[in-house]
Amino acid sequence: MLTALATVRDPELDEPVTDLGFVSSCTVSDEGDVQVHLRLPTFFCAPNFAFLMVADAYDAASAVEGVRRTEVVLDDHFASDAINRGIAARSGFADSFGDLAAGELDELRADFVRKAVLAGTDRVCRPLLAEGRTTDDLALMTLGDVPPSAELERLRARRAELGLPAGDSSALLVDATTGEAVGVQALPLHLRKARLTRVNTEANGSVCRGMLSHRYSTRGEGQLEESR
Amino acid sequence: MYEKDGEKYFIVDSHMHFWDASPENWVKGAENYAEGWIDCFQAYQGLGPPETHQTKEAFRKVSEDQLMKEVFEDGYVDKAIFQPTYLKEWYADGFNTTERNGALAEKHPDKFIVNTRFDPRDGDAGMKEFEDNVAKWGSKGVKLYTAEWNNGSRGYKLSDPEAYRFLARAQELGIKNIHVHKGPTIWPLDKDAFDVSDVDHAATDFPELNFIVEHVGLPRIEDFCFMATQEPNVYAGLSVVIGGLMYARPKFFAKVMGELLFWVGEDKMTFGSDYNIWEPKWQIEGFVDWDYPDDTYSDYPRVNVDTKKKILGLNAAKLYGIAVPVELQLKGEGQPAAQDDAQLVEHGANV
Repeated sequence: MLTALATVRDPELDEPVTDLGFVSSCTVSDEGDVQVHLRLPTFFCAPNFAFLMVADAYDAASAVEGVRRTEVVLDDHFASDAINRGIAARSGFADSFGDLAAGELDELRADFVRKAVLAGTDRVCRPLLAEGRTTDDLALMTLGDVPPSAELERLRARRAELGLPAGDSSALLVDATTGEAVGVQALPLHLRKARLTRVNTEANGSVCRGMLSHRYSTRGEGQLEESR
Repeated sequence: MYEKDGEKYFIVDSHMHFWDASPENWVKGAENYAEGWIDCFQAYQGLGPPETHQTKEAFRKVSEDQLMKEVFEDGYVDKAIFQPTYLKEWYADGFNTTERNGALAEKHPDKFIVNTRFDPRDGDAGMKEFEDNVAKWGSKGVKLYTAEWNNGSRGYKLSDPEAYRFLARAQELGIKNIHVHKGPTIWPLDKDAFDVSDVDHAATDFPELNFIVEHVGLPRIEDFCFMATQEPNVYAGLSVVIGGLMYARPKFFAKVMGELLFWVGEDKMTFGSDYNIWEPKWQIEGFVDWDYPDDTYSDYPRVNVDTKKKILGLNAAKLYGIAVPVELQLKGEGQPAAQDDAQLVEHGANV
């Protein structure tokens, strides 16, 4: 069950909710009834992202073989009631929040996957530059030219999620919206933006972890230690 | 004034508060929001050094004596700028109003600058209150919290027509500085609540006003930086960056500072303690001692004594027209750059 929940990501931080410590408990009965409790770093964390995590956790848990019934509950959040009711009734986001939401969250989620592609670009390219490759070299490289790594797989997965080219022959550096290769001219700025996006995401993740550990003294299911 | 290794630093705390979040001030029926808000603030305090952490009671309502001691006596601050946050849907007398701040400022002449605020959703009555506050307190700046709840509304944008009406009037009244705090606006929920593009529009359309984005747009530093590099009148307010990261997350602090120095530049960054979340003392001492931890940060701009003097006080002094004693000004070629440091902006945009 934890493996299934580990596929659920915080859309802003692009990290599994398990690693982040957001899963406060997860129990499965002999009959296959699952109950998951989720928690967040603050009472006022963005409700739209909270909804996505609860909905994704519901889907991930329900898909595990042998599960009869799933209940996912978000605790200690100002919008807990609306979110929990919405998930339990399996109504969409817009239905759950009535007048406060004008649409569903697909586009918002895609915006953040694009940020994850940019941040992942820095994670993959930085070691290449450290090995002595130039930005001109990077402009000519394909994904297949990059030595295998977990970060490379993660980048490919995010690109594929957006429908961007992700195969071995695809350019290493692509525009996260259009999927077109980034030219030599635009490359230095592109890499600067990639680095900044990664710094922002990881700094936020770090603050969120700090806030969570101040709020709860218990460790979450599957929570990872943070390197500071 | 802070002195270290023979260098003297003029300190402007450009973002601080004097709040009342005690349970007596919670609105009936909204207690969970009032408590949730201040508990969230206190969790941020948890990111500072343990010896500075307070009890719940002490954190929720600081006494006047304690503020004066922690900010001025122990905290080295020469001038502190009050930034109000009203939150009257949750706090009966407001969380941290212009009046509450102003009353303290009146008792201690020359210590404070009293900023006020407006809420574009308050219409003509709100406009009148805003005008009265500017006249009464001589405000040169306003603090806007775009995620504030107001009569069923869950937030607004600076680019709303009503907000433009207030910004235009602010300019007529002699307001120079707009401090923006982007919070989790809840309408519309299907968009990114922390989006800073509305600040971009307003900064373009009101080139005479300075827009200081507090907390550097956290959690959207990247969006903020891309915008700031294109808008000469947009500044980075460092509250939360120093308080929340320098002690608790030193590696990320170094990276975030490096990015800000690169994209925004040292002439457009201002220190704010965010008191009473964090005391200024340890933030100032730590920042003056700070440098990048190792050479993995070598492609970020360097920091020196002048960088820190500008960030800790001289930049904000310029924004607010605060007189800086000669011995505390920069040596050599003088003052921090004015708002359109064209070279810097071009540098950021073209690299």
